[in-house]
Amino acid sequence: MAVGSSGRTSAPAGGPGSHLTVKPAGDLDVPENTILTRATDVVNWCRKYSLWPMPFATACCGIELMAVGASRFDIARFGAEVMRFSPRQCDLLIVAGRVAMKMMPVLQRIWLQMPEPKWCISMGACASTGGIFDTYAVVQGVDRFIPVDVYIPGCPPRPEQILRALMDLQAKIQQGGSLYGTALPEMAEREKFLEEKGNAPAGYAISQERGDEDRFGYRLPGGPARLGVEETR
Amino acid sequence: MSTTTKPATGPHASTLATLSEVFGEGVFTTSRFRDNLRLFVPASRLIDLLTVLKDRCGFGLLAELGATDYLGYPGRTRSRFEVHYVLRNLDTTERLVVKAGADDPDPLLPSAVPLWSGANWMEREVFDMFGIRFKGHPDLRRILMPDEFTAYPLRKDYPLRGRGERHNFPRLTRGES
Repeated sequence: MAVGSSGRTSAPAGGPGSHLTVKPAGDLDVPENTILTRATDVVNWCRKYSLWPMPFATACCGIELMAVGASRFDIARFGAEVMRFSPRQCDLLIVAGRVAMKMMPVLQRIWLQMPEPKWCISMGACASTGGIFDTYAVVQGVDRFIPVDVYIPGCPPRPEQILRALMDLQAKIQQGGSLYGTALPEMAEREKFLEEKGNAPAGYAISQERGDEDRFGYRLPGGPARLGVEETR
Repeated sequence: MSTTTKPATGPHASTLATLSEVFGEGVFTTSRFRDNLRLFVPASRLIDLLTVLKDRCGFGLLAELGATDYLGYPGRTRSRFEVHYVLRNLDTTERLVVKAGADDPDPLLPSAVPLWSGANWMEREVFDMFGIRFKGHPDLRRILMPDEFTAYPLRKDYPLRGRGERHNFPRLTRGES
């Protein structure tokens, strides 16, 4: 990533009236007020500031969640104020409160109904561990049965903790978010492939790509792939 | 807890007079705890007693219906389960508790739904939690626990943490969901 900046403040050694231009490696000329980045980062940046929560509020944690949505704490500052009560429109499941064993199939169904990509926050002691309700009727932590990204301790947590968890989740989305969903195994493979390709030096191909090249008759300098087509299918 | 059969004075005097006039001696026993009057009645005469209490003594409201499991209770000689009916006379504000026992195996009691419709869900809850069946109940099925639940969780021989029902769910992972 390179940032172009103006040399307004002081005259550099280049001469009078010169504008400083940052030149990264190579002959790439980045104009002023321009940001270079990756499409994945831009998409993740968009996603992390437009989370639509699905509030699964079953107990007193839900009251704190409402407080977070109200004006004093105002979750809208973090772009996550659009609480939707249809899982089809949400990408962030907030499990707030204890989950009874009769409710667990409902929660799993809601999780399955949410479109990809989706994240989950387990809010409070009960949702995370069962809390004080160590009985036959209460699930001892929703992470036993659905994926959880961020846990919030507390009984119930303060609204600031929820905002903190949201910021942590935003950092997680920015770092590990993916362009592709994780619903299907081939999608996961595709995502792995893209990440591997992004880490390879410029001009170098990775083995899976090589396999395709062999298959379609292309040849690039560097010899045949390390792995054959069969291994990369 | 003391068992007395002598007629009492006070708020329950007219009720006890009516009951002894109808049933005579030997159908039910009474006991008192503070200002509570409890009538113990065998299951075979339960509906008779409740009918008289409702129709002749004016107990129009079944305030509560619940059960207790006395398994392992110290000094217990009567039946294992006990179902109590808390009745209320809305005109005189008189309150009365009727108790009936049920025992293993297959605890069974007559249903009070024909007398008080409000007994419907309360008997379903007692059935759900203790497994006591109520004969004549119109719709006796579980009300709180899911239908596939097989145990009766408020019985004393049922472990507090259950028998693994709370862990009996499929595990959704990122790859599958």
